[in-house]
Amino acid sequence: MSEDSRSKRHPPWVEALFKGLTKGAGSMILVLLAVMMVVLFYDAWPSIKQFKLGFLVSTSWNPVTHQFGALTTIIGTLVSTALAMLLAVPLAGGVALFLTELSPVVLRPIFSTAIELLAAIPSIIYGMWGLFTLAPLLADHVQPWMTEHLGFIPLFQGPPMGIGMFTAGIVLAIMILPFMASVIRDVFLMTPQVLKESAYGLGATTWEVVWQVVFPYGRRGVVVGLFLGLGRAMGETMAVTFVIGNAHELSWSLFNPANTIASTLANEFTEASDRLYLSALVELGLVLFLITFIVLGLAEWWLKHSAPREKR
Amino acid sequence: MMRPRSVRIRRSINVLALVCSLVAALIGLVFLIWILAEVIVKGASCINWDFFTQLPVPPGEEGGGLANAMLGTVIITVVATLLGVPLGILAGTYLSEFGRNRFGDTIRFLSNIFVSAPSIVIGVFVYAILVVPLGGFSGLAGGVSLAIIMLPVVTRTTEEMLRLVPNSVREAALALGAPYWHVVWQVVYRSARAGMLTGIILAIARVSGETAPLLFTALNSPYWPEGLMEPMANLTVTIFNYAMSPYDDWQVKAWGASLLIMLAVLAMNIIARVFVHRMGK
Repeated sequence: MSEDSRSKRHPPWVEALFKGLTKGAGSMILVLLAVMMVVLFYDAWPSIKQFKLGFLVSTSWNPVTHQFGALTTIIGTLVSTALAMLLAVPLAGGVALFLTELSPVVLRPIFSTAIELLAAIPSIIYGMWGLFTLAPLLADHVQPWMTEHLGFIPLFQGPPMGIGMFTAGIVLAIMILPFMASVIRDVFLMTPQVLKESAYGLGATTWEVVWQVVFPYGRRGVVVGLFLGLGRAMGETMAVTFVIGNAHELSWSLFNPANTIASTLANEFTEASDRLYLSALVELGLVLFLITFIVLGLAEWWLKHSAPREKR
Repeated sequence: MMRPRSVRIRRSINVLALVCSLVAALIGLVFLIWILAEVIVKGASCINWDFFTQLPVPPGEEGGGLANAMLGTVIITVVATLLGVPLGILAGTYLSEFGRNRFGDTIRFLSNIFVSAPSIVIGVFVYAILVVPLGGFSGLAGGVSLAIIMLPVVTRTTEEMLRLVPNSVREAALALGAPYWHVVWQVVYRSARAGMLTGIILAIARVSGETAPLLFTALNSPYWPEGLMEPMANLTVTIFNYAMSPYDDWQVKAWGASLLIMLAVLAMNIIARVFVHRMGK
């Protein structure tokens, strides 16, 4: 093929076009995020102008009198997430330890695949199960028992309805468990076999190897995995909306119905009748977006900037 | 420094920790099997021919199905795939082939965050940019919101898969005189085909179970899909509406729809895994 015919078949502008196309598509992610931020801010503006920073610390939410505040939903989001993390993190660690060190080698791929498949199940399934199976069970058996024996703590007082913060936390925990377990397992697997064998060779027990070799080696990864789970739990809509009860009231009791930002949006967005109501809801969305953005951004940033090799 | 401790104490701690781990694994397993079993048992009871072929009926009436919602979910997912996958592949190509610079790093950072962004906020966004200007809820808006969720997922997996193609392959093709776009198109994409397909299937699986972004974009409808500019029935929003309704027969249908979605998502994940497995050989 002569030089001339080649440049006819592959003119240089095709090269430029190709690079431009891919770069354009890459920029889309940047542009989308920027436009999203601007649009949310613009649509939330009537509410921002009306309530200013008071929006973030006010607990009133009254569409009739046009008083809107985000504190109830922000606290609801944080509490449900905290509850979920409290339950899911130890379990996820245990499951990861089981998958990497304890389970018979033959069964490991099966268990691992199962965990990954479970992590892919849509959250609405967890919501369905929470509403129809877990909530009645908690209402009939678990919550009365807890009120009787732990009722001196304000957290466990209140009506055993099954619908509320407590159930939402448990459903969320079960939902993020497979995801976090598989992330932590991946991190544990990255420990070089030689390191583990050396520790075993020195006479360390399995637990000592995990706690003093595997965990320190993968600590960064574990923390990032936890942050990702945190981000998921905070932004989760369906698993929570089904069971939290949608009540704009703050209460010490975990058994009372409550609200998160996501569940408020899911329940009220299509019903918002006037501009201020809608814009208050959009502002809630903006707050959620910013919180998760910061949490996930910190995790990403930390993963990149913390030294790859830590000294203990 | 490890404090010297008696062997017996160390062994007991070890046993205690391992028992805890076993218990954690069992608890996790029990809950997850419980959920799967519940969905299968309750869902299977309403699966019949009508369920796949009939329109929904008002509560209280016998029979009826969710055929329109199934078709709607497929249409919305196809729209999302057509929009999200090509863009995601191009963006991933940029990151892998041209993106070893500051701009590429920024995109990579943002797409990693974008992957976990709350999907309901994306629904709010699409409501603002499509539903309001177009004057109503539409299947198109639903598809676009799912495409936005797909974009970063496809971008990330495409980049990962293209990175797996050894540079020597690219260099060999370049040495033959092929221009770079041709190398990417004919050589790199071909080598990474199975992996890219896996990523695409996983992305489709992920969005086909999404509910939150459809709540105020595609909305729902009791009729057959009539066009992309109309509200479109879909399985996930139907599950939400039916489950929250006080009618027993609707709640049963919600279980049936849940089973269907769950099986579809699991099937796609297993197919994707088979691809990965083949590629590994």
